[in-house]
Amino acid sequence: MTHTLPDLVPDSKIKLPKQAERTLSNGLTVIAVRRPAVPLIELRLQVPFGRAPLARATLLSQALFTGTSTMSSIDIAAQLQTVGGGLSAGLDPDRLLISGNALASGLERTLEILAGILTDPTYPAEEVGIERDRLVDHIQVALSQPSHLAREALLKRMYGRHPYALQTPEAEQVKGVRPGQLRAMHADRVHPGGAVLVLVGDLNPDKAIDAAEKALSDWTGAGRDASVPATPALEPGPLVLVDRPGSVQSSLRMALPAVPRTHPDHAALQLANLVFGGYFSSRWVENIREDKGYTYGPHTAIEHLVGGSALVVAAEVATEVTGPALLETLYELGKIASLPPGEDELEQARRYALGTLRLSMSTQAGLAGLASIYASFGLRLDYLTEYSAALSAATREQVAEAAAKYLAPAKAVSVVLGDAEKIEPQLTALTSVEREDS
Amino acid sequence: MKIPATKYPVERFTLDNGLRVVLTPDRSAPVVGVAVVYDVGIRSEPEGRTGFAHLFEHLMFQGSENLEKLAHFRYVQGAGGSFNGSTHLDYTDYFEVLPAGALERALFLEADRMRGPRLTEENLRNQVDVVKEEIRVNVLNRPYGGFPWLKLPPVMFETFPNAHDGYGSFTDLESATVDDAAEFFRKYYASGNATLAVAGDFDVTVATQLIERHFGDVPARPKPELPGFDEPGLSAERRESYVDKLAPLPAIAAGWRVPDPIADFAGYLPYVVLAEVLTDGDASRLVERLVQRDRIVTSVGGYIGFMGDEYQVRNPTALLLQAHMPPGGDAGKVLRVVDEELDRLATGGLTPGELTRTQARMATHLLRDTDAVLGRALPMAVLELQRGRPELLNELPRLVGEVTEAQIVAAAAALRPENRATVEVVPGANQ
Repeated sequence: MTHTLPDLVPDSKIKLPKQAERTLSNGLTVIAVRRPAVPLIELRLQVPFGRAPLARATLLSQALFTGTSTMSSIDIAAQLQTVGGGLSAGLDPDRLLISGNALASGLERTLEILAGILTDPTYPAEEVGIERDRLVDHIQVALSQPSHLAREALLKRMYGRHPYALQTPEAEQVKGVRPGQLRAMHADRVHPGGAVLVLVGDLNPDKAIDAAEKALSDWTGAGRDASVPATPALEPGPLVLVDRPGSVQSSLRMALPAVPRTHPDHAALQLANLVFGGYFSSRWVENIREDKGYTYGPHTAIEHLVGGSALVVAAEVATEVTGPALLETLYELGKIASLPPGEDELEQARRYALGTLRLSMSTQAGLAGLASIYASFGLRLDYLTEYSAALSAATREQVAEAAAKYLAPAKAVSVVLGDAEKIEPQLTALTSVEREDS
Repeated sequence: MKIPATKYPVERFTLDNGLRVVLTPDRSAPVVGVAVVYDVGIRSEPEGRTGFAHLFEHLMFQGSENLEKLAHFRYVQGAGGSFNGSTHLDYTDYFEVLPAGALERALFLEADRMRGPRLTEENLRNQVDVVKEEIRVNVLNRPYGGFPWLKLPPVMFETFPNAHDGYGSFTDLESATVDDAAEFFRKYYASGNATLAVAGDFDVTVATQLIERHFGDVPARPKPELPGFDEPGLSAERRESYVDKLAPLPAIAAGWRVPDPIADFAGYLPYVVLAEVLTDGDASRLVERLVQRDRIVTSVGGYIGFMGDEYQVRNPTALLLQAHMPPGGDAGKVLRVVDEELDRLATGGLTPGELTRTQARMATHLLRDTDAVLGRALPMAVLELQRGRPELLNELPRLVGEVTEAQIVAAAAALRPENRATVEVVPGANQ
């Protein structure tokens, strides 16, 4: 019996979940989305934090749950657990993000505890000291990881004097942060004005917003200007080589220009990125992994920040094939920038982009992440419909144009971290190289 | 707080060729998850062929009876889906998540490679190279690589299946042949040695027909006998250390054998809960004591199974604790305090509310995982394979909630220094 590939049943139209939105009198925007599949809620609260002093802001994010006037850090954790809940906080270059989840019946209690943390934090000296030491150790470990070092070098090369250039604080600076500075920064910046709370899960959207309004009405403050300047254009130049003696792999990183989600070129650029290297079945991955075996998990992605977007290319390759891996990368970028993609490979990339959008909306956590990240850019979940339409409509000519405009290797800035003694000759055979000692 | 549960429906049947099938429909999102799990893993690979189960997993993506190399990836992603596979101690899984309209395509792809992968010298050499890069990324080129999942088993176990490096040595990987692969497939990848689970947006009658259409003519082969991997537990403490030349700070991991997860599930489950009582969140015993009070570790975690798959592992397995320490950290002191805390728990019991809040949080984690179609298809396929009980996934939050204080206390009392295996990371960076 022969077996032939079955046809796909066409997708139904994207169906957005039931949702509601309200901006409260304190300036907080609350978005509530219903997906009752499991009896849980997901919570994301983002507060604009652009241009915040890095060491202080990073420690604040780590020490946010150290205590209030009525609860110790242990009380906070225990009371959240009682409703199946947990909260954590993190910082990115644009925002402070609190993330968590709980049993659906614990929504009100979780919001109450969150309100205590936002309105009444004490940053006790003892607990802040513990978090400070942990953060210092954590930074030391990060600095021993090649992926982190390569990322740092790339950001520095991409952003120069822009605030995005530095995203991990120096350990020495963290050591100098005092609890009083965290209290001052919290009072100054952790405000509802401009903040967005997303609640997703087994909830009634209007009632969930009512609960948020009730719990968070005492949280006040206008917020402050957290706007970040637009990122500078990438300035192509010699490849930056960062020495990591004895490294058995080289970390290859490149950044290329990109556009925000709302730009007319965005969908076409995303398709060009996919055809080039943005998913497994791309030219670049099939070439350097499945044909040549140079690498395990090469990947590319368009990274969006409020100040600007960039396309980042990343691969860890064996030391002895660092030059050949760069050669193939430059070849594939040059090819996509110079020649239009084939019809079939474009349709394959298009279906991947459309399908994975649906997958990303199929869980509570996925919806919460999308709603929260879109809100950072002033977008809502209906952007999914708009983006799907743009992906469906992008023509081969538009994709070729976007590739020529954004993916040309001449526009890339490049960094390689590895054993310089072994890889510098390989790299200088292909491009001009400048050394930077790590 | 009442612990809620899911009620995902479960349909089971077995094809004539022995393939066991689990269907769990749920129409809340237009997506499907498909998982095929084979009853072979790291513990079954032959001596001299460390890493072979994982290398073979890679070969299952390199083309099959009706599919060229690269076709599998392209057909899944070209249908809007994602794929992967992973090799565990006791099983190897292959899975896709896709828009609902691609269900039949996924079934076709999985059936095709169940009939036989295209095993060629060229594909084998290519994937040996890829796997070596995978090992460099995850183990050799980073600090704490393979800690503790590759580093603790040789301290804890005596026999090759339990003690060896499941990622494999480069020498063994390079020695692998196409014949080895053909034999491994013949022996372990029989349809009767596998389960198929489908979760998500489909009609059971239609899916059943599609599965019969695509898998029904996969030829049956004899199913291998499942070997027992049990070995005696420790009679005296074992403690080893190694220098990690990339690690800047010390770390430690300790393991204790636990009851048979399958033959004695009721005796095993309290250890799963104990791991969370000890380490889940700032209010847990060891975080409070080691991180907050004594400040002798910067993080501590506890879990069961070397790959964190506590409901998908067979005997023997272990409860693990791992901790990262500040500069100059004293592993001996950390172990003494852990022993003190276990004693305190064993003699003084739990504080009011401590167990119920831990169980509530565990329920959230369990329920959250099942929200994704693959979070149902994958565990149900393994539960069917190892226990014939995929519906256990629905029951776990309740069963976790039924564990009693007395059981936790007894479990804590069983974790003694004399039956503990420990491995310590000595930092070698910047020295």
